[in-house]
Amino acid sequence: MSPLRYLLTRLALAPPTLLGVAIIAFVVLRVVPGDPIAMMTPPGATEADVARLRALYGLDRDILTQFAIWIGAVPQGDFGTSISLRADVLGLVAHALPATIELCLMAILIAILAGGSLAVLGAWRRGAVEAAIDAAIAVVQAIPDFLWALILVLAAVLLAGTVDLPISMRVDPRLELDNATRFLLAEHLLRGRFDVVADLLAHIVLPAAALALPLTAVIARVLKASLVEAMAQDYVLMARVKGHSRAAIILGHALRNALVPTVTLTGVQFTFLVGGTVLVEKIFSYPGIGWLAIDAVINRDLPLIQGLVLTFAALFILVNLLVDLSYALLNPRLRHG
Amino acid sequence: MAELAAASRPRRRTAALLLAPRVMFGSVVLAALAACAVAAPWLAPHDPLAQDLLYYFLPPFWSEGADPLHPLGTDSLGRDILSRLIHGARAATIVAVVAASLACLLGTALGLAAGFLGGRVDMAISRLVDIWMAFPPVLLSVVLVAVIGTGLAAVVVAIVIVDWTRFCRVVRAEVMVQRAQDYVAAARTLGLSRFRILAGEILPNLVPLLIVLLTLEMGIAVVVEAILSFVGLSVSTDAPTWGGMIAEGRTNVNQAWWLMALPTACIVVTVIALNMLGDGLRRALDPVLRR
Repeated sequence: MSPLRYLLTRLALAPPTLLGVAIIAFVVLRVVPGDPIAMMTPPGATEADVARLRALYGLDRDILTQFAIWIGAVPQGDFGTSISLRADVLGLVAHALPATIELCLMAILIAILAGGSLAVLGAWRRGAVEAAIDAAIAVVQAIPDFLWALILVLAAVLLAGTVDLPISMRVDPRLELDNATRFLLAEHLLRGRFDVVADLLAHIVLPAAALALPLTAVIARVLKASLVEAMAQDYVLMARVKGHSRAAIILGHALRNALVPTVTLTGVQFTFLVGGTVLVEKIFSYPGIGWLAIDAVINRDLPLIQGLVLTFAALFILVNLLVDLSYALLNPRLRHG
Repeated sequence: MAELAAASRPRRRTAALLLAPRVMFGSVVLAALAACAVAAPWLAPHDPLAQDLLYYFLPPFWSEGADPLHPLGTDSLGRDILSRLIHGARAATIVAVVAASLACLLGTALGLAAGFLGGRVDMAISRLVDIWMAFPPVLLSVVLVAVIGTGLAAVVVAIVIVDWTRFCRVVRAEVMVQRAQDYVAAARTLGLSRFRILAGEILPNLVPLLIVLLTLEMGIAVVVEAILSFVGLSVSTDAPTWGGMIAEGRTNVNQAWWLMALPTACIVVTVIALNMLGDGLRRALDPVLRR
């Protein structure tokens, strides 16, 4: 199968998978015992008031009709109205999504830089350095992002006074912002407001590091193994005979050939990273879609949960597609296949 | 002589397996955890729920002003931290053992069916796994606990429903590898029924793999329990769980950092121990890695 055809097949499978996710989310949520209407009405509300609200949100219809109404409106960009926040679901998600995207991209940047440097260092300096890196990788990888977030919060509290890093919010509320988009980091970087950029970076670094650490370990382990393997190949011997330095051989020759398995695995792990934002954003009170999701579940905000689950599923599918694409581009054997 | 050596080899292999440092460390930590879980009422110096509002935020023993009666200090309501940690080990152990075993049973059954029967059964199960894995697992378990209700049983059910796919995918792939082996063809020639081949010939070859997956899943279950109590959805807030203690500690982290640090440390040590045990067993049981 040619790469293009493979990608098109994957793309064609995306809508049915999303529909499946939508159906499961909808059915699971409709058997929730908690009643969203009971949670939003004050204790003294009359039966008639409750019934009117129920009708307003369409919760008095049978489940098939509810699903038909909801799924019918989705293609027009209408995901319903959040019950707890009384706002348009699409608007809420669109407002919070850029924060999550910036967090995920920052995390993957940290993971690639840190994991890549560790891998190169380990492949370059075999022996004691490599053993130390291996031990560190094993411990870092065993601890999930939830625990890393807690550890980093503790570290920030204990180091307060020496290194002051904020442990909640996305930006200092005292800063005056006149942003046009919700991509605060990218926008202020482009506009040269470096005071805001510094504050945004201070807020994003801990949650991003919590998300990045497990992935850093995966990248370091896989890339180091591929590098060590590549270093045993004939072309490396050839380069050495030609008198290239060890650093030049690793960075110039071995790294490029060792990259394919790392990229594939990074992609798989990236979906875990996106899922991890739910908790990490909650722990750091970082206002992205993960932070929205926890409160939506606790408030039984059915339309908002549905919208968020679909958003996450779409992100997962998109990431997987991008990974397949980059894999096809990186591997010459597949490119010409 | 050769026969003797052959007979003692499995026993020596078992001994070597148990003495591997990773396996040793993991087993010792987990044995201590299980002991705490079983003997919690006798080990804990205080009632984990007893409040003493005169002595709140007592620091642990290494700080100034510590009270020897409360070696790890007290929380915002004056409850003894050490007693709460020991009782929290109970919730963690129950969830780890029960949830991981049930997820293993369900996932293995479906994985065996998909891998061995193939065709439409495989199509249906694989599609289901794909859809399942498109959900963010944490969000799914949070939603499920919101649906099922709080309590340890709900947490167990949520973990099983979310994590059976881990077992299913691996078992399916492994069954497909095993099915192509000569011994299966031999069993078929002997006229064994499909069920006998699956249960008697293929399944025993999956056991090492399943033990490793099970160990890792126990670590995941401990973390998921903590996550759900952290979000406030696990057990009622007075029953001590590590996650619940972390959530309380997070709100007071600027006044008393150790409230959050101690339960976090318990979970980190448990997870690392389970990982080391799993990794050690994998190295010992996997013939390719052993060589």
